[in-house]
Amino acid sequence: MSYLPHTELDREKMLAACGVENLEAFFETIPNEHRFPQLNMPGPLSELEVLKELQELSESNAEATHYPCFLGAGAYHHYVPSLVNHMLLRGENLTAYTPYQPEVSQGTLQTMFEFQSMICALTGMEVANSSHYDGATSTAEAIIMALNHFRGKRTKIIISPTIHPHYRQVINTYTQGMGLTIVGQENLEADLDDLLTELDDQTALFIIQNPNFLGELEDLQGIENAVKDVGALFCVISNPITLGTMKPPGEYGADIVVGEGQPLGIPLSYGGPYLGFFATREKYVRKMSGRLVGETVDAKGKRGYVLTLTPREQHIRRDKASSNICTNQGLMVTAAAIYLSVLGKQGLRKVSELCYHKAHYAAKQIDKIPGFAVRKDQPFFHEFAVHCTKPIIEINKSLFDEYGLIGGYDLGQDYPHLKDHMLLAFTEMISTDDIQCLCDALGEIS
Amino acid sequence: MNISDNIAEPTVYELSSPGRSGVTLPEPDVPVEELPTDIVRDDLDLPELTQLDVIRHFQSLSQLNHSIDSGFYPLGSCTMKYNPRVNEDAARLAGFMHSHPLQDVNTVQGNLALMYELQEWLKEIGGFAAVTLQPAAGAHGELTGIMMMRDYHLSRGDNARRKILIPDSAHGTNPASTTMSGLEVIELPSDARGNVDLDALKSECGEDIVGLMITNPNTLGLFEEQIEEVVKTVRECGGLIYGDGANMNALTGIVRPGDIGFDVMHYNLHKTFSTPHGGGGPGSGPVGVSERLVDFLPTPIIEIVEQGNDQDPPLYGFASPKHTIGRMKAFNGQFGVLVRAYTYIRIHGATGLRSNSEHAVLNANYLRSKVQDVYHLPYDRACLHEFVVEGRWSDAPEIHALDISKRLMDFGFHPPTNYFPLIVHEALMIEPTETESRETLDKFANALIQIADEARNNPELLLTAPHVTPSARMDEVQAARQLVLCCRPSYLSDPQYVNS
Repeated sequence: MSYLPHTELDREKMLAACGVENLEAFFETIPNEHRFPQLNMPGPLSELEVLKELQELSESNAEATHYPCFLGAGAYHHYVPSLVNHMLLRGENLTAYTPYQPEVSQGTLQTMFEFQSMICALTGMEVANSSHYDGATSTAEAIIMALNHFRGKRTKIIISPTIHPHYRQVINTYTQGMGLTIVGQENLEADLDDLLTELDDQTALFIIQNPNFLGELEDLQGIENAVKDVGALFCVISNPITLGTMKPPGEYGADIVVGEGQPLGIPLSYGGPYLGFFATREKYVRKMSGRLVGETVDAKGKRGYVLTLTPREQHIRRDKASSNICTNQGLMVTAAAIYLSVLGKQGLRKVSELCYHKAHYAAKQIDKIPGFAVRKDQPFFHEFAVHCTKPIIEINKSLFDEYGLIGGYDLGQDYPHLKDHMLLAFTEMISTDDIQCLCDALGEIS
Repeated sequence: MNISDNIAEPTVYELSSPGRSGVTLPEPDVPVEELPTDIVRDDLDLPELTQLDVIRHFQSLSQLNHSIDSGFYPLGSCTMKYNPRVNEDAARLAGFMHSHPLQDVNTVQGNLALMYELQEWLKEIGGFAAVTLQPAAGAHGELTGIMMMRDYHLSRGDNARRKILIPDSAHGTNPASTTMSGLEVIELPSDARGNVDLDALKSECGEDIVGLMITNPNTLGLFEEQIEEVVKTVRECGGLIYGDGANMNALTGIVRPGDIGFDVMHYNLHKTFSTPHGGGGPGSGPVGVSERLVDFLPTPIIEIVEQGNDQDPPLYGFASPKHTIGRMKAFNGQFGVLVRAYTYIRIHGATGLRSNSEHAVLNANYLRSKVQDVYHLPYDRACLHEFVVEGRWSDAPEIHALDISKRLMDFGFHPPTNYFPLIVHEALMIEPTETESRETLDKFANALIQIADEARNNPELLLTAPHVTPSARMDEVQAARQLVLCCRPSYLSDPQYVNS
């Protein structure tokens, strides 16, 4: 299969116009011995044949529409209204590029502007950019922003041990070579009070996740004052569905709010593409990385939108840029903007409540099963940890093989003190029957 | 004047009416648990619209965009080729779209098989020993690659190497990625033929060099004529070679960067392998490496953990390279983008990929031949997949590349990349791609020729362009001076912001 338009006649005429005999002639500057290698790859196929192959591959996966899925841990199976996908497939959304030419990109620009506005509404912040790659890289960019804010004079970052383990790993990779001290990984059992004692005049940023990786709601009251006392910045990693009902980090004095935007209308898709959202206070906007859309007028006085404050960015500032980021997660931003528009004020609250109710009902039921104990140290939102009497890997295998259920996340992988603890997530996609199936299965497995 | 005359499309907040909603969700099928009142929010300032409102709004907005599906999009270095719709169907197959990234590997063998196969194909196309699919975009791949180069030297106790050499024609992401890795940028000049200046390279090469970061073909669309000498020079001082694969659409099946000595290169799946640009993303930037960098790849990579046999397929799983730089991203890369690129490569096979590159180069040279008498070519030699002209004439002194770009919109074309590369005055960088027909190229060339004529005879037409687009030229200065980054009514009415 080929998508080329060239007929034999086209090729002849075009080669003649270029003054060459054949296509090979264009490549004479390439070292002869390496030119035109034989690639060892399968031959071309028609679209029909390829789709058939892919259908088979995809069917060898278990997926959340066939198997009730109790896995969350940073990626969640939510309902996506049909129109979201239909609008993404419009060619004008799908096949446009970065809106560098605003006169022919107002659709993308206004969509990004509306996304920024709705992220501000959700998080209670003043400005938001038009996305990073995912929640993990958004968090890493928050650190870079804080370092820029203090012009490298403060080099200590405090990270709660209960942020997503992948985020922690990405932070460690990103910050190698920056000469930072990252506190909060030595003792994974440290609580909020322990962390707050680490604050000092060297601290650039204090990062906490809410709900934390264990699903628990942190007590954000009081963090602001402690952080402000030492002049540091305060960053909250947030779940946007939680923000449908819960007070936003902006009300607790956060300086930066980041998070994974996948729950906002983006399918699980085995981990990507997702989107990282990033919001902050207006006074820090020039230190923020990532694309930013602002309102303006055109030459005729008509309202319009452009990419703004571009002097922060790599294509202008090169090695002095606030980050190397170039692309955003454009189409995922469009998905989230449409999702938030169609769910709206009432819909998002409803989704948030449904998740909360289902998780709390499930927790009560599971807690009654002999051999299972729900961890109750803190209130939780739509995810909670359960202590089991068997290794999680064995329980999950039975749940899948015998009951057709996708079990929870094995917390012992990341937290030795939570060995034999399973993290279970509940969204509006899980029915009371699914919860019953899970409880029955757990009862039999124990 | 009525406000509606002054806006193309209202915002979602302006369209909102209290009490409307677009989705009805089921009532709870479990007992309701009271929410903790002390932490429940009072208000959620999201818009309220019906489904039809939302569809009409986003449909109207989409119609304000130029896109590949609407017309020619010769944006240099962005490879705006046809994005086959079969890719979209493939990525939306339920097993791909609804599998969770943390599922047990035994339940996602289809995903892992696809990722493994794509790693193998990218190795073969680029001539590399291993590939990571994790980086989320080209710039993210650059960061990954530079970190690996840095750690490679550090692992050998070679701690004095802190500098990366970057030609002045490079994309801005190259120096930015270098700084982010904690390394220092040394800029190399280009010579009169658009190649890296060899003398300058030789004088910079020493024991403090991490390596060279080079785009080949470079952003002038020219293949480095002395690439073997460049590679040898950097090698001799102990440096590594990073290839920016942004321009790989010129080279698939033509030459493998690994074969000419590149140690690391990122691919842009959203350019070379046709995954949609989506208004600025998602991209995907897998990175290929030579033998010496294999142990430094980000974790995890996909491997066969149990060989298959006649009855059973192999078992795929995750592995962590010995000296990994760590994780670059949560979960498993931009998986949905990987499915699309896999589909594209599988459809084309080796012969199709080579043919694509050959025709991308044919189209660029053909277009170049059509306009070369009217637009100055600062580097006048056969190009690969793109070429750069100057958007200025001495007998039309008021006219700039930007005016030509804006005027092109009136002909229904997206402008070329303008003002890049920085080493060309008033640059217009044109990349037609292989999926455009001779007729389209002819029309575009004719428009450029007509505009050159207008520049002399009716310059006002260019200076006030565009004329037929949804908006006229935007006031970018006002946007930066009076920042309005948010359209929530409560934000607009808050005196704190109104006065600032």
